[in-house]
Amino acid sequence: MSTQIEEQRETEEEVETEPEQESPGERRRAVKRERAAQREQEVEDALDEAEETVELKVFRYDPEVADKEEPRFDSFTVPYHKGMTVLDALIYARDVYDSSLTFRHSCRQAVCGSDALFVNGRQRLGCKTQMGDLEWPVRIEPLPHQDVVKDLVVDMEHFYEQMHAVEPYFDPDETPDGELEEQRQSPENREKIKLSTRCIWCGACMSSCNIAAGDNKYLGPAAINKAYRFAMDEREGESRKEERLRIVEQEHGVWRCQTQFSCTEVCPKDIPLTEHIQELKREAIKSNLKFW
Amino acid sequence: MSQSYDRGTVESFGRWREFSAGMWAWILHKFTGWILVGYLFTHIAVLSTSTQGAEMYTATLQGLEALLIVRFLEIGLLAVAVFHILNGIRLLFVDLGLGLTAQDKSFYASLVLTAAITVASIPTFLGGAL
Ligand code: HEM
Ligand code: SF4
Ligand code: FES
Repeated sequence: MSTQIEEQRETEEEVETEPEQESPGERRRAVKRERAAQREQEVEDALDEAEETVELKVFRYDPEVADKEEPRFDSFTVPYHKGMTVLDALIYARDVYDSSLTFRHSCRQAVCGSDALFVNGRQRLGCKTQMGDLEWPVRIEPLPHQDVVKDLVVDMEHFYEQMHAVEPYFDPDETPDGELEEQRQSPENREKIKLSTRCIWCGACMSSCNIAAGDNKYLGPAAINKAYRFAMDEREGESRKEERLRIVEQEHGVWRCQTQFSCTEVCPKDIPLTEHIQELKREAIKSNLKFW
Repeated sequence: MSQSYDRGTVESFGRWREFSAGMWAWILHKFTGWILVGYLFTHIAVLSTSTQGAEMYTATLQGLEALLIVRFLEIGLLAVAVFHILNGIRLLFVDLGLGLTAQDKSFYASLVLTAAITVASIPTFLGGAL
């Protein structure tokens, strides 16, 4: 299935030493071999039993292992069941075939944002994508335009930096007088920012954006959406909003957006990113144009 | 990060197929915009012949219109201009934040309308040439 370099090495060693008597190491390896064979048999049975199997083509790359430095695709055949997600399939492949297959995941319910992947040529959340909805075989790659750390894991540091650059925390001009007094938001205002609060920091949008790919300093859709979430929050006050607009209207801010809509199409939380960016553009202009 | 890292053969294959409507619209808009700028220079050059007298201008235009290739280029230019104008109107709406959810449909509509207008113009442009 995959290039199991470790196992190969072990076998070579055994041939070289060939001790007369069975050493503890020999015994251990014999048991291990037996178990491996048993597991293989089990996998075969599972595949035979399954009504349908699906093939995954998974991007593999590991800069720390000599033979895996060259990026390549590995194929895994996985028994399919109704309701299986891309993440389920990857977990099966890792647990059954190759424990070195590396990818991030945690919540399995589109909340944590760890498993944005490039599946069949599109940024998608592994846990939110049904295998049944995809064309088979399913090609799985790490997010484009980000450094690959290993296999499907990309370096998210740059994305997080951009998110932090817009000061993504609630920071009102004035707080209520009473110490424990609530800071109320009108239902209409809550409705306005509702969708923008749903971001799970998965990075799919940034990866899909042609402009972000060519301009590393571009804040990117997620960070701008974060800025929108606070700039549009009436509780923060006018002067804070002005400050926030100054951040997004800088050279690598909202004006880089060329309305290609890629981010909006891939966002797993269906946030209308382009719409929010466009609104911030208009807000920035309005706050700069003063005829009176 | 994006430019500095080379994922090898894996990075580039088949990426253009993954373009969606909005990206095609963007690329076509740039492309047509620059063609129009290019045409502007040609246009000025041709019109400038009128500074050397009416006969010169008429002769130049008649000479050009006698070439079949020029007739076809004119059809192409019309297609390019019509698409740029229609998609330009679409972009103006996008800038105003109007009808963003229909952005893909309005792009396809621009394409269809451009094709229809271009086809309808063919008899006029090729009239007398064939
Ligand atoms: C009614 C006619 C036209 C309309 C409605 C129109 C509309 C637009 C709009 C809205 C944009 C901005 C696109 C964006 O948001 O990035 C644009 C870009 C552009 N237009 Fe036009 N345009 C028209 C005619 C022309 C003409 C006659 C020319 C050439 C002489 C031209 C050349 C360009 C160029 C070069 C760009 C920039 C492309 C780029 O971003 O590299 N346009 N047009
Ligand atoms: S805006 Fe959407 S695609 Fe972008 S990071 Fe947030 S949840 Fe992911
Ligand atoms: S595993 Fe948490 S978002 Fe997919």
